[in-house]
Amino acid sequence: MSENKNRFLPYLREDRLPHIFCPGCGNGAIINAFLAAMEKADMDFDNIAMVSGIGCSSRIPGYIKCDSLHTTHGRALSFATGLKTANKDLDVVVFTGDGDAASIGGNHLIHAARRNINLTVICINNNIYGMTGGQISPTSPKGSFGTTAPYGNLDAPFKLAELVAAAGASYSARWTTVQMENLVLSIKAGLKNKGFSFIEVATQCPTYFGRKNKLKTPTAMAAVMKANTVFKSAADRKNLVRKLLSTLHIQQNYRWII
Amino acid sequence: MAEEFFIQGNEACAKGAIAAGCRFFAGYPITPSTEVAETLARELPKVGGSFVQMEDEIGSAGAIIGGSWGGTKSMTATSGPGISLMQENIGYAFMTETPIVIVDVQRGSPSTAQPTMASQSDMMQARWGSHGDYEPIALSPSSVQEFFDFTIKAFNLAEEYRCPVFVMADEVIGHMREKIVVDEDIEIVARKRPEKSDDYLPFENIENGTTPMPAFGDGFDIHVTGLTHDERGYPDTNTPETHHNLVKRICDKVLNNKDKICSVKSESCEDADIIIVSYGAPVRSAVEAVNRARANNQKVGYVKLDTPWPFPDEQLKEITKNASDVLVVEMNLGQMYHEVDRVLKDADVHLMGVIGGLLPTPDEILDEINKIGGN
Amino acid sequence: MRTEIRICGFGGQGIILAGIILGKSASLFDEKEAVQTQSYGPEARGGASKCEVVISDTEVDYPKVQNPDILVAMSNEALIKYIVDLKDNGTLIVDPGTTDVEDVRDFIDEHNIEVYEAPATKTATDEIGLKIVANIVMVGAITKITKVISKEAAVKAIEASVPKGTEEKNIAAFEAGYALAE
Repeated sequence: MSENKNRFLPYLREDRLPHIFCPGCGNGAIINAFLAAMEKADMDFDNIAMVSGIGCSSRIPGYIKCDSLHTTHGRALSFATGLKTANKDLDVVVFTGDGDAASIGGNHLIHAARRNINLTVICINNNIYGMTGGQISPTSPKGSFGTTAPYGNLDAPFKLAELVAAAGASYSARWTTVQMENLVLSIKAGLKNKGFSFIEVATQCPTYFGRKNKLKTPTAMAAVMKANTVFKSAADRKNLVRKLLSTLHIQQNYRWII
Repeated sequence: MAEEFFIQGNEACAKGAIAAGCRFFAGYPITPSTEVAETLARELPKVGGSFVQMEDEIGSAGAIIGGSWGGTKSMTATSGPGISLMQENIGYAFMTETPIVIVDVQRGSPSTAQPTMASQSDMMQARWGSHGDYEPIALSPSSVQEFFDFTIKAFNLAEEYRCPVFVMADEVIGHMREKIVVDEDIEIVARKRPEKSDDYLPFENIENGTTPMPAFGDGFDIHVTGLTHDERGYPDTNTPETHHNLVKRICDKVLNNKDKICSVKSESCEDADIIIVSYGAPVRSAVEAVNRARANNQKVGYVKLDTPWPFPDEQLKEITKNASDVLVVEMNLGQMYHEVDRVLKDADVHLMGVIGGLLPTPDEILDEINKIGGN
Repeated sequence: MRTEIRICGFGGQGIILAGIILGKSASLFDEKEAVQTQSYGPEARGGASKCEVVISDTEVDYPKVQNPDILVAMSNEALIKYIVDLKDNGTLIVDPGTTDVEDVRDFIDEHNIEVYEAPATKTATDEIGLKIVANIVMVGAITKITKVISKEAAVKAIEASVPKGTEEKNIAAFEAGYALAE
C-alpha cells in the first residue's frame, strides 16, 4: 500500500486532503514540480514559508506542511515583501495565478520585480478565473471565450515573463505543464537565484478555459500547449534573422534615396 | 535618566514606535503623515530594523502583516486616502489576529480634500472601514507627548490582544512641535511566542482572549488565512458554528476587556452642568475653554477620550451622570457624537462639529457653552 | 503669562528653524512651556510663509497663535499679509533690508505698535559673510528685544539645532543679532 503513495506526501498536510482542485487541473503536477525542484536545490523544507493570494493556485500553500500565509486577492507579493524583509532568513515562496498576479496584483508584481527582492514566485497561468467560474483574465488570448467575454475577448494578453523581466527581476521564465523536466530545473534555478525569481507556468484549466474554448479534455489542452510552444533560444534565432533582414531592407531603401 | 526633546508629533510617533520595539515599517508617502515614514527610514536601520517604501497603501498594510508574521513588530502610517486603501488588509489582520499598528494622521476629507489641514473625519472608518464584524482599538493623542506614549501603548495593546490597533492622530498633533519626556523605563509588552507542543492551536477558541502567536520559521507549520478557519487555522468556510465562534471571539476579546483597554480622562466634571467631550487636538481647546469658564464661575467640565474605540460607554455614563448637557467637540460633522448620543440617555447631547481644517478655538467653544447655558 | 510669536518671511530664509529655536530654548532650557506650529503645503513653498510659537509659564492648552504679541517680518509680502492679527501695543521687528514699514504705517499707528528694526540680512552678509544665517541673527535680535527667551537658553538651543560644524558661525550670528538691538 505504502509503495503506491506519492513520494511527496510527507510534505503535505494530509489532514487537509482531499484538495479542492478539479480533475485534470495542472496544480497537482506543479506542486510535484515544485517539491522536486526544492529537493534538487537542496533547500531546507523547514525554512520555506509560502505566501499566496486568492484563486485556485493560491490554495496550494494550504496543502503544504510549512508556514503559509493565504492573503487577500492580488496582495500576496506585498505580504511576502514584509515577511521576507522582517525575517530575512526565511526562504519565501509565492504561489499566485494570472488574475491574482497580473490583474488585481499587477502593480505589486512589477514593483516586487523592480526591487528584485529575494522571493521565488510560481505564477500558475491558466488564462482564466477558475475560482469564480470562468471569467476572462489579463492573460486570456485575444478572441478566447469566458463567461464575461461571451463574444470573444477583445483585449490583448499580458506577456507575464517578459513583463516581469522588463520590470527588473533577475530571473524570469515561462514553461508549461507539458515540459515538467524543464519546469523542475527552472524552479530549482529560481530557488537558487538571490533575487526576484518569477516562473510562469502555462497550465490547463479544462473545467473553465477548456469548456469555454472547445478544448474539453486535459489532453486536448496539453496538445495545444505543445503545438504552440517554442523554446526561447529558437525564438531568439528566428527574431535575429528577421532583424537582420529588416536591416538589409532599410539599407536598400537608403541606397535608393541617394 | 529621562531625556527631553522638542520635536514634531510625527517624529515623536516614530520615536515611540522604536521604543515599543517596532523594527519594521512599510508605508507610502502621504501628507500630513509623511514625517513618520521619513523619521523611521532614517532611524530603523540604526537599530537593526527595516523600512520599505511600498508601491501603495494596500501594499503597505500587506507588508506589515507579513512583517508581523515574520516575528517583527510592524507599523504603517498614513492619512485619509491611504487608510481607505488599507481597509481590505486591515480586515485581513483582524480575521487572522495579526498584531499591527496603523497610524492615521487625519486630514481634511472626503477624498483628497485638504492635505495640510486637520480633521478627525476617519473616526468611523477606523471603526467600520473594512467589511464585516470586528472590534477595533483606537487611541487619539492630544499632545506630542501623547503621540509618543500612545504609539507605545498601541503596540502593547496589539500584542496583548493580537489585533490591529489604530493611532488616530490629526494634522495639528502630527505637525506641531512640543517638548516630550522619554523615561528610561518604558513598559513594553513583548510578543508572546507559544511553547512547542502537539496540541498547540494557533486560533484556539479561548474565552475573551487569544493564544500566543508563533513567527514563521518557528517550526509550527502554521496556516494563516483570511477565510473562516478552524482553531488549527484551516479553512472551514461552510460551517456556521466555525464562523460564529471565530468572529464572536475576535469581537469579544476586545469587548469583554473594555475595562482594561478604555482610557478616559476628565476634569471639573463632578459639579458640572455642561460637560465637553472631545479627543485628539480639540481637547487642547476644550481644556482652555473649561479653565476660562471656571474662572467665570460657570460649571463646565471636560472629558477626554484617549481611546475612542472601543467606545468607553460605561466610563462616560458615570462621569457625566450629573450633567444636564454634553457638548461633543470634534473636527468632523458628527462621528463620535453619535456614539455619545447613543450612550447618554439623561443628558442633552449637542454637537460642535467643525470642518474646514482649523482647530476650533476656546472662544468658539465658549460661545457654544453659552448658547447651551442660555437655553 | 502666554506670549504668542509669529515669524514670517519667504521660503528658504530659515523662518521655521528660527521658530524651532525659540520653542526649544523656552521648553528645554528655560523651564517654560512652548508649542511651535507652521504653515504647510503650497503656502510654505516660496511666497509668504510663517512659523508660530506660543511660549508660556504654564501649560499651553490651545496650541495655535491667534493674535501675536510679537511679529517678526523678514519679507515685505509677509509683513503686509501677517501684520493684520498683531495685538494692540504689540511688538513688530522687521529687517529693514527686506521690508518697508511705511507700507504698514497706518496699522502701526492705529494699533500703537512698537517697531524695532534689525538689519539681519545685511548683518549676516557683512559681519558673518553668510547670508543664510540671517535667521539666526534675527533670533539674537528677538532674544534681546523681547526677552521671551534667555540668552543662555538660546545659545544652547542653537547649538542643538544647527548642522554639526556650523555651530561657531551660528553662535557668532546670534551674538551679532543680539548686539544689533543694544
